[in-house]
Amino acid sequence: MRRIPAMFCIPAAVILVAAALAILLPVCFTLLGSLMSPGEIEHYFGPVYEGTAEETVRLHLLPDRLSLESWYQVLLRRPDYLIKFWNSLLLCTAIVLGQLTVSCMGGFAFAKYSFPHKQVLYYILIILMLMPVQVTLVPNYIVLDWLGLLDRWACLVLPVALAPFGTFLMTQVFKSVPDELLDAARLDGASTGQQLVRIMIPAAQSGVVSLALLAFIDAWNMVEQPVTFLQDASRYPLSVFLASVNSENFPLSFACGVLALLPVLLLFLFFQKELVQGIEFSGLK
Amino acid sequence: MKRAIQEKIQPAARRQAQTGLILAAPVFLGSGIFFLIPFCLMLRYSLTFGIGGSRFVGLRNYREVLESPAFRLAAANTIRFLAIGLPLIMALGLLLALLLRQKLPGAGLLRRVLLLPMVLPVASIVMLVQILFAGPGILNGILEQWGLFPRQWLNGPESFWVLVGLYVWKNCGYNVVLLLAGLNMIPEELYQTAELDGAGPWAKFRFITLPLLIPSLFFGFIFSIVNSFKVYREAFLLGGEYPAQSIYLLQHFLNNNFRNLNYQRLSVAAIILFSVIFLLVGLLLWAQRKTEA
Repeated sequence: MRRIPAMFCIPAAVILVAAALAILLPVCFTLLGSLMSPGEIEHYFGPVYEGTAEETVRLHLLPDRLSLESWYQVLLRRPDYLIKFWNSLLLCTAIVLGQLTVSCMGGFAFAKYSFPHKQVLYYILIILMLMPVQVTLVPNYIVLDWLGLLDRWACLVLPVALAPFGTFLMTQVFKSVPDELLDAARLDGASTGQQLVRIMIPAAQSGVVSLALLAFIDAWNMVEQPVTFLQDASRYPLSVFLASVNSENFPLSFACGVLALLPVLLLFLFFQKELVQGIEFSGLK
Repeated sequence: MKRAIQEKIQPAARRQAQTGLILAAPVFLGSGIFFLIPFCLMLRYSLTFGIGGSRFVGLRNYREVLESPAFRLAAANTIRFLAIGLPLIMALGLLLALLLRQKLPGAGLLRRVLLLPMVLPVASIVMLVQILFAGPGILNGILEQWGLFPRQWLNGPESFWVLVGLYVWKNCGYNVVLLLAGLNMIPEELYQTAELDGAGPWAKFRFITLPLLIPSLFFGFIFSIVNSFKVYREAFLLGGEYPAQSIYLLQHFLNNNFRNLNYQRLSVAAIILFSVIFLLVGLLLWAQRKTEA
C-alpha cells in the first residue's frame, strides 16, 4: 500500500465517499420507494408525470408510513407483471445457457488448439464483438426475417446467445489454465468433450461464472432487440415493458423497478468476486 | 528419419486442427449467419437503388446520407459525446482506481458498490432520472430554492450533459476494475527503488505507474467506446424516437431509418459507423503495438 501526503487524505476520502453515495443513493431510493403506498408516491412525485404541474417535487427518501400496498398490487392484483418477470427470467436463462455452450467450446478451441488462420479469425471475432448493437441489428433482422423467426422468442435468444463476446472472454479465461492439466487428461485418454467438461470448466470455474453473470445482466437489460424484432408490444420482455409502466401506472414503478432489480441485485451480491474477475479477464492480453 | 517424424506429427496436427475447428464451429456458424453474410448484403444495399437492390448506383447513397442534415446532426452529436465522455470516464476511472489503492475511509465501501450501476435495469434508472431531472423534478426544485432558474434538463441542450453523466455513472466502475487489476500487477519494488533515488509522488506516477498501466488503459478505452454506444438505451427510454436535438445520436438515425424501412440509408449509416469504429480500434491497436516495441 502506498501512501499519499496527509493533506490530500481528506479530499480523497470525500471523493470516495461521494462516489459511493452517488451509486448507493439511487438504489436505496428505489428500494425505499417500493415500500411507500401508491398514494404516497402519487402525492410526492406525481407532478413529474402529470407534466402540467407548476410545483416541483422534493426529495422524499423515507416512507411516511411503511406499506406493502405497491407490492400487493404488483404481485397479486396485476398478474401481468409477474408473468413478464418469469418470462424474462426464462428468456435470459436460455440466452445464458446458449452463450455458455457456444463460448466454452469456442474459447477452448482458440485457447488450446491450433488451426489454420486462427489469428485472423480471432481478430474478426473481436471486431464483431466491438460493433455496437445498432450496426449488427440490421444484419440480424435480415437473417431472422429469412428464417421466419421474427416475432418469436427465438429471435431474441439466437443472435444474443451466438454473440462473439463470450468466446472472446472464455479464450482469455482458458488461456490461464495450465497446459499440463490438459496433457495429463489427454494421456489418460479423455475425449475432447471430457477434457472440456471435466478439466477446463472446473479449472476456470470463476471465469465461467463471470461470463454467465455478464451475459445474464446484458440479456436482462435488453432493449434494442425486442423493440426491433417484436411487432407485438405485448410480448416485450420486462426490460422494455417496465418503461411503459413508468408512464402508465407511475405509482407502481418503484415496486416494478425493484422486481426488475432483484435478480441482478442478488446475483451481484452473491457473485461480486466472480464479476470483478470476469472484467479483469477481459483486460488481459 | 526426419520424414518419418513429420509423417507422425502431421496427422496429429491435422487432428488437432480438426478438433479445434469443430469446437469453434458454433461460434463461426453463428457469426457467419447472423453477422458476416448479412453484412455483405448490407454492403450491396448501400451501393444499389430500389427495393431488393435492383440498380447499381455506386456511392450515390453514401453522398446522400453524408449530406443529409439528420445524419450530420447525429454524427456531430455522437462525436461530441465521445470527445467529452471518453476523456471524462478515463480520468475519473484512473482517479478512483488510484485513490482506492490508498488506505482511506470510504475505499472499502466504494469497492463493494463499484459495479452496481452496471447491473441496474435501464428502466429503473430512467425512472430515477425522470424524478431527478424532469421539469418539475428534484434538481429544479433545489435550483429554485437557491433562487436559480430551473432548466429543461431532459428536453433542451442540457440533456446532452445528463446523458454524459449517466454514461460515466454507469460505466466508470468497469474501468476502475480494469485499472485496479493493472495497478496490482506493477511490482512494488519499482516504487521502493524509485523512492531510494528520491522520486516524489508525481515522478513515480509519471515514470512508473502511467507507462506500466498503458495496456489496462487501452482496454478500458476500448470497452468505454463499446459501452458508449449502449447509452442509446437510456436515451431511447428517456426521449423516445425523436429526443431533444442535443441527444439525437447516430443510433437514433439508424433506428428511425429502420422504422421507415429505408434499407439503403440504413446500410450506408451502419457501414459508415462500422468503418469508423474499425479504423479507431485498428489505430489504437497499432499505437499500442508501437509503444510496446
